[in-house]
Amino acid sequence: MRFLRRVLLALGLPVVLVAAWWFGSAGSQDFYWPSLSTIVDAFGRTWTWEMFQEQVFPSLWRLLAGYLIAVVVGVALGVLIGTYGSVRALLEPVLEFLRAFPPPVLVPAAILLSGIGDRTKILVIVFGCVWPVLLNTIEGVRGRDEVLSDTCRTYRVTGLLRLRHLVLRAASPQIVTGARQALPLAIILMVISEIMAANEGLGFTVLQFQRGFQIPEMWSGVLLLGLIGIVLSLLFRVAERSLLGWYHGQRAGQREF
Amino acid sequence: MLEVKNLHKVYDGHGRRVTAVGDLTFTVPEGQFACVVGPSGCGKTTLLRVLAGLLPATSGEVTVRGTPVTAPPPDLAVVFQEYGRSLFPWLRVRANVELPLKAQGMGRAQRRELASEALEAVGLSDVDNAYPWQLSGGMQQRVAIARAIAYQPKVLLMDEPFAAVDAQTRADLEDLVRSVWQRLGVTLLFVTHDIDEAVYLGQRVIVLSASPTTVAEDLAIDLPAERDQLATRSDPRFTELRGQVYARIQQVKRAPAAEGASA
Repeated sequence: MRFLRRVLLALGLPVVLVAAWWFGSAGSQDFYWPSLSTIVDAFGRTWTWEMFQEQVFPSLWRLLAGYLIAVVVGVALGVLIGTYGSVRALLEPVLEFLRAFPPPVLVPAAILLSGIGDRTKILVIVFGCVWPVLLNTIEGVRGRDEVLSDTCRTYRVTGLLRLRHLVLRAASPQIVTGARQALPLAIILMVISEIMAANEGLGFTVLQFQRGFQIPEMWSGVLLLGLIGIVLSLLFRVAERSLLGWYHGQRAGQREF
Repeated sequence: MLEVKNLHKVYDGHGRRVTAVGDLTFTVPEGQFACVVGPSGCGKTTLLRVLAGLLPATSGEVTVRGTPVTAPPPDLAVVFQEYGRSLFPWLRVRANVELPLKAQGMGRAQRRELASEALEAVGLSDVDNAYPWQLSGGMQQRVAIARAIAYQPKVLLMDEPFAAVDAQTRADLEDLVRSVWQRLGVTLLFVTHDIDEAVYLGQRVIVLSASPTTVAEDLAIDLPAERDQLATRSDPRFTELRGQVYARIQQVKRAPAAEGASA
């Protein structure tokens, strides 16, 4: 019963919105706002397996590569900066400056330097996604409980064991928060980099449809991007649950007492 | 053996100097169970942190088993007051107990054996697979004690370990600590603000003055070695010793040393 209620609450609004779109746009004669049924129709015709292989998978590969590199770099740098005050003092002004760049602005420069291949696009994604991960990791590392740090010191838990069992785990709720913020950024930057510089990929394909006045196909591409976003955030939630089970359990316990 | 000689600790920060420990000198011989009591804010925790090598002394010398303390000494374990914060919430009970052993490079089989023994000694064999936050406060502190036991220290420091557990659990834990001490033969320094607890547990009670801290009284507890919550606590000698410690603490509270009253 409770499960049913939760499912209804979660799906209720999306169902209503889709229904409103479906019936509201039914029989639409507007060239630029085709009916949802036309778009769904176009979706089935457009996004075939070959299309996925040619346009979608390359995009997804760049998205994941860029995102994962950003997480790894952000966590590694964040641990360094959060642990050593001198590293922080040294890097902070430069990081503040770099962070101020809107990442899309780098695309033209990056094209000049390394062409329109995968490398450029992955770099742009990394550059945009690294900040939330980095800043949250720094906070997480610095905000660690002193008693736990003291415990590690008295029991002489040092080096890699300390990094793995204290530093990273203690910061993991914040790291996950940063990674969650970075996920939609990665999708946005993937599309933008492909719109600005590509000869294949999802963003490129959507732009081609628009230029060729294939409006239902264009909308179907937009829809596909939205679906990819949903699937990725669901996957993220599954990963989070296994990674932060202790954290949610602890918090639930504290509310109880 | 634990030696504290002319220990002096000043916290210096934000333009304010706070003397936490004035001039402290005492020695705890090998294998003794010594309790430290004093009015709140008298620098008990500071003393313990300096002994554990977590905090540098401003001046004076602290040695553990003949070696001056500059970093956390080997063979020394600490049970902190904040049990909820000293256990790793992302590790299960057994992994919490085993982690310090892993850090020593001990093999898996030996780790398991020591952890099982320690958990058995504190009566927690059946929850080794739980997370600390799934346990009650008293059980969490037992896990922290088990971790200290498994570490096989020569010196054990305890910082008001039972301040946050209920009275009944507390009595159980007191007896547990007595039996652990007897079994392991460790040198044990037990910091508490509870006079009854200090007299009940220790072979000796060191009363500290208010800040800046000095030793106000050093009392041998000549109660029989077998302590019992009912019998010992109703022993006239217990009442007498308890009264002595109490009177002494009242005295130092009323007349704090000249420059004190800061921390």
